[in-house]
Amino acid sequence: MSVIGKARRRVDGRAKVTGQTRFADDVALPRMAHCKLLRASVPHARIVRVDTSRAASQPGVYLVLTGDSFPVPYGVLPVSHDEHALCRDKVRFVGDPVAAVIARDEATAAEAVHLIDVEYEPLRTFAGPADSLAHSEPRIHDYGDGGNVHKAVSLQFGDVDAAIAGADHVFDDVFFFEGSTHLPIEQHAAVAVKDPDGKLVVWSSTQTPHYLHRALAKALQMPAAHIRVIATPNGGGFGGKSDPFNHEIVVASAALTLDRPVKICLTREEVFYCHRGRHPVLMRFRTGVNRDGRITGVDLQTLLDGGAYGSYGVASTFYTGALQTVTYEIPSYRFRGARVFTNKPPCGPKRGHGTPQGRFGQEVQLDKIAERLHLDPADLRLKILARPDSLTANYLRIRTIGLGECLRRVVASSGWSGKFRKLPHGRGVGLACSSYLSGAGLPINWNDLPHSGVQLKLDRSGGVTAFCGATEIGQGSDDVLVASIAEVLGVDPFDIRAVTGDTDLTPVDLGSYSSRVTLMMGNAAIEAATRARDLLAKAVARTLEVPVERVSFGERRVFDAEAPERGVTFQEAVCIAEAQFGTIGTTGSYTPPKSAAKFKGGGVGPSPTYSYTAAVVEVEVDPETGWIAVPSVWIAHDIGRSLNPTLVRGQVEGSVYMGLGEALMEEQAFRRLPPRLSQALVHKFPSMLEYKSPTFLEMPDVHTDLVESMDPAGPFGAKEVGQGPLLPIMPAVANAVYDAVGVRIDEVPITPEKIVKALQAKAAGKPPRVGPPAFPDDVPWPETLLVAPPWEGGDGRASNEPAKKSARKADAGVEATAGLRR
Amino acid sequence: MMRLPTFRYRAPRTLAEASAWLAESPDDTMLVAGGTDVLPNMKRRQQVPGTLIALRSLGELSAIATGEAGASSGRHASLRSAAGGTVIGAGVTLATLVRDEHIRTTIPGLCQAAIQVATPHLRNMGTLGGNLCLDTRCTYYDQTYEWRKAIDFCLKKDGTICWVATSSPRCLAVSSTDTAPMLQALGARVRLVSAQGARELSVADLYQNDGMHYLARRRDEILADVTVPDQTGWRSTYWKLRRRGSFDFPVAAVAAAARLDAGGLVEEVRLVAGAVASRPLGAPKAEALLLGQSLTDERIAAAAHAVYDIAKPMDNTDFELVWRKRMITTLATCALREIRGDDMRAARQRLARQLV
Amino acid sequence: MCGDVAAGGKARLTCTVNGEPVEVLVDGYKTLLEMLREDLQLTGTKHGCELGECGACAVLVDGEPVLSCLTLAVECDTRQVTTVEGLASGGALHPLQETFADLGAAQCGYCTPGILVTAKALLDRNSNPTRAEIKEALAGNLCRCTGYLQIVEAVEKASAMRGATTTGATGVSGATGAEELA
Repeated sequence: MSVIGKARRRVDGRAKVTGQTRFADDVALPRMAHCKLLRASVPHARIVRVDTSRAASQPGVYLVLTGDSFPVPYGVLPVSHDEHALCRDKVRFVGDPVAAVIARDEATAAEAVHLIDVEYEPLRTFAGPADSLAHSEPRIHDYGDGGNVHKAVSLQFGDVDAAIAGADHVFDDVFFFEGSTHLPIEQHAAVAVKDPDGKLVVWSSTQTPHYLHRALAKALQMPAAHIRVIATPNGGGFGGKSDPFNHEIVVASAALTLDRPVKICLTREEVFYCHRGRHPVLMRFRTGVNRDGRITGVDLQTLLDGGAYGSYGVASTFYTGALQTVTYEIPSYRFRGARVFTNKPPCGPKRGHGTPQGRFGQEVQLDKIAERLHLDPADLRLKILARPDSLTANYLRIRTIGLGECLRRVVASSGWSGKFRKLPHGRGVGLACSSYLSGAGLPINWNDLPHSGVQLKLDRSGGVTAFCGATEIGQGSDDVLVASIAEVLGVDPFDIRAVTGDTDLTPVDLGSYSSRVTLMMGNAAIEAATRARDLLAKAVARTLEVPVERVSFGERRVFDAEAPERGVTFQEAVCIAEAQFGTIGTTGSYTPPKSAAKFKGGGVGPSPTYSYTAAVVEVEVDPETGWIAVPSVWIAHDIGRSLNPTLVRGQVEGSVYMGLGEALMEEQAFRRLPPRLSQALVHKFPSMLEYKSPTFLEMPDVHTDLVESMDPAGPFGAKEVGQGPLLPIMPAVANAVYDAVGVRIDEVPITPEKIVKALQAKAAGKPPRVGPPAFPDDVPWPETLLVAPPWEGGDGRASNEPAKKSARKADAGVEATAGLRR
Repeated sequence: MMRLPTFRYRAPRTLAEASAWLAESPDDTMLVAGGTDVLPNMKRRQQVPGTLIALRSLGELSAIATGEAGASSGRHASLRSAAGGTVIGAGVTLATLVRDEHIRTTIPGLCQAAIQVATPHLRNMGTLGGNLCLDTRCTYYDQTYEWRKAIDFCLKKDGTICWVATSSPRCLAVSSTDTAPMLQALGARVRLVSAQGARELSVADLYQNDGMHYLARRRDEILADVTVPDQTGWRSTYWKLRRRGSFDFPVAAVAAAARLDAGGLVEEVRLVAGAVASRPLGAPKAEALLLGQSLTDERIAAAAHAVYDIAKPMDNTDFELVWRKRMITTLATCALREIRGDDMRAARQRLARQLV
Repeated sequence: MCGDVAAGGKARLTCTVNGEPVEVLVDGYKTLLEMLREDLQLTGTKHGCELGECGACAVLVDGEPVLSCLTLAVECDTRQVTTVEGLASGGALHPLQETFADLGAAQCGYCTPGILVTAKALLDRNSNPTRAEIKEALAGNLCRCTGYLQIVEAVEKASAMRGATTTGATGVSGATGAEELA
């Protein structure tokens, strides 16, 4: 390997350090107008009247739009097309967009927005899941699983009640994971223009140009072929730019109406209202464990505060219960999850999408189990590790597992055995593991099409251009694309030009989410490059008069492997091939393997392969003040194979950073004013100052270790790294706090106040714990789908699923249930 | 992008010109120096001045003068006599203040307070005068117009209710300046200049415990400079609590200055709590407990508890108020131990994450 | 000096941007950030909050790192402004740009311009900063991608490179006790 595995400058590195990377807000066009949105100032209300006349008559105002212009709803999941670009009949949270002003400059638009008069008829404010479960009327949306429950699911794999009843010990714990937001430094921006042919072009800081493309076509009722979406490099995404957004549709509509470019760049406050961040999740884990530490069964319940719209929420709900089984052997499993609507910005996918919450509960509970059974937490985990090449109780296909090796490495590098339960009072270490998808195995819009496509154009100059719909959000997807091709063709990565994230020019890649790009785009790139290589090899073999198998590629040459001096330059090889075969262009595509899960809901969780991570976190906790500091983190990640170690390390350290933020300080918090005085429910502090994210000074030393399990499913053996390493950080911090001062904080963020409260409880002889008291008993669970695990002769189907019904609903149902079943 | 409202911008060439303009300017005129407080407030429409009078280029406000002639080179000679003390122009940036060798060595507490303000960039811009006049802060107030509209505004701006405590007759916004508690503890005085002349106030008298009317400065006055009395024999220190080692305003703070005799007995002492009321709070009971005493652990604990007693944090900053109040004890203890001569560097590093 | 600009009016100012004299007519309400990005098309300077809470818009004014979002454009008359576009010279990247690109210090690249100019000011003032001094100097720049560590390493390496090119073999010295705190 000449490229793969080498620590290299990323191909887009120069652009990023010279300020030349063109982000969406850097796009400026002649005659460009500017858009500002009027957002709801009430959390839940019927819109009685919108009067735009004062705004429309302002000098410099070109256009004022309201919900009347946007009759067609859209949404990222086909089952939740519940958004309109501008609200039509009601508003559902403070920040919901109601009207838009397009004007000659942003200042004029911003002033005119205040001249729009909106009359509201207030409705009950739903501030949290308790409200939404207690009151089924008024409904925030008129769809879902009844009242203000958006989605409720119940799945059972084996006789979990008997398994838990028969266990030596039963652990029953309730945990809470607070919501948090992505906080990319770049605020969302979009520019739309009608191109000279009359077609629509939209530049946007989106992670998913393909989904935006679909949403624009639907919401604007335009042929998709007349819309071009260009995903500009994202200034950070983390999942927050994965939905099609109202502002993108508004500027597109305005540009078409005005026939001039229209730009919008959100303020930081508005980014908090876009949100789609981590769901606050309350969860209860009932786990049966035998004396030796083996788990007999897990019964998990989760309750998600979804906010005001669907977003990815149905998938998020399933994800809270999907990946528990891929790290440890769980022979029987029941998962019940419910997502409720509330009058807050919608939650969605943030790094780890739905899985960090459940992972937190599971890993903290394991720490409690290890203590009760007098087992070392690392030994316990090693004993119960899931097996490679196996099928889990919920029909997830596990390929390679480097988790055991990850555990052994962090135990060694951190000096675990000399520290755990041995450090002086106030200092402690905690350990946790995790796993994450290397791409969702099923598409959101259910179809049999590839998830990623790559086209290559080989030029007579020896240049190679790679086209792919993947989106560069900082993770280095352009570098993966180019490096994979360079490796196969024996050229330098900088010889290749990447054209990405442009729906006119590039084949579809579903987007930069679910850690899917390296695996899926990488495999598609290898296929395209191999096809090009085969053409060149065939042509050069004839010229060199050697068998085609002897033709080798490297150092920008194509040569006889047995006589390397005999050969041609790569450029000559392209010319020879073009002379023989005509214009040289190839394609590659990737479609994940079929899932083994056939039950409804089994579409969430399957992946071509899973990454694994183990982490040890050391903390210092002041027993007087609860003040908490993290001096060091040791983390080992099963990357499958490291394509560019510089970028892989960056993803691991960035994950540790974001995980520490969630563990210690980040909170998407809200204020409900006293109900006797006000209906108000507002984001507590939609600002970068008060939403606390760690600075240079809070970042600990991180000792990163990469485990290469060489997964056959991955490109060159690679798995994901963008999300998995975040997951163990929060539970490892909680476990370390317990090791340091002997109190359990069963929720995040873990703050000094909570530590002091727990220490006070401990001193008073009460349970030394801060966390949620109980899981509510009024969640309306649906009938449980019963699926026999593989080892009980199951075939991946639910024994009680009404198969007819799903077939009958097929037409509408392709849209209605897509992505979540197969 | 958030944008400023329109305003008239005027840049006077002298302090006299500035005060003359200010005297004749309409009521909606504001002063701007570093801009790091006023401009964000303007962008959020908390303050919408029709005119900004810019103090940035007034050389008269940007000097540091010391009583001992020749103690530091390059100082502005035209300032009033410092009478053994140090006169710091209100326009001196916090970064300049922190880098000043004389201040670092003779007024370490002021250096500690200034270096913990905001971020390096903001200290390059923000001035000492600006930090002293810093608008009081509140999580119900430091929000955009749209956000504040969603709570039907608040007492401090455009509304009628203080949401921090809905029965409160006055605004409970928090004094969030780091330098004011320290300068109050140092016994510093400020000079306010207007077209009518100049007057001096102690820093303690500059502030009022009212989130809206927190300054005794008249609207036609310009804070020109601060005089810190001769620090010979004095020790000073500043302890600040905030979530992160950078960016954040204080959520609790304790400034301490004391003069000890050769035997370690406290001859004079001033303790001031910051960010737990609408003004820096002096702690006379705590001071009385220490006068004439040696700083034993027990005395320190008693004094720290007396500072705790006066702190009145409300639920309008980061962190929970009960814990913030509790932390006043810790901060006061750390400050007094440092005054005693304990090596507090490790504790400071842990709490404040000050690395250098 | 722009002494008096009417509300809603414009100011004509002359300043030096990245070493080149610039004359610009700018709205009186605009900040340096808006002037750079909108009036001078220097979009390398980014913005993440426009309230002084993130550091993305940092530029150098007269060599000092400041936030362009809180600097009035009219107050930049006669001053020297350096943005990320001004770091490279003579066709060669600044050592910091080289090391940031090589060592993964730029992921999405959005906070990078602000961090680069801030780090440049640090190295101009202190050619051989300790790790603690680097973290302190950059404590006003938020980054959500990297976890900061590769940024610190890139500044260290650039410092070593510059030391090697400007002072020959004098090598690295001057580490203080603060190093251990970092």
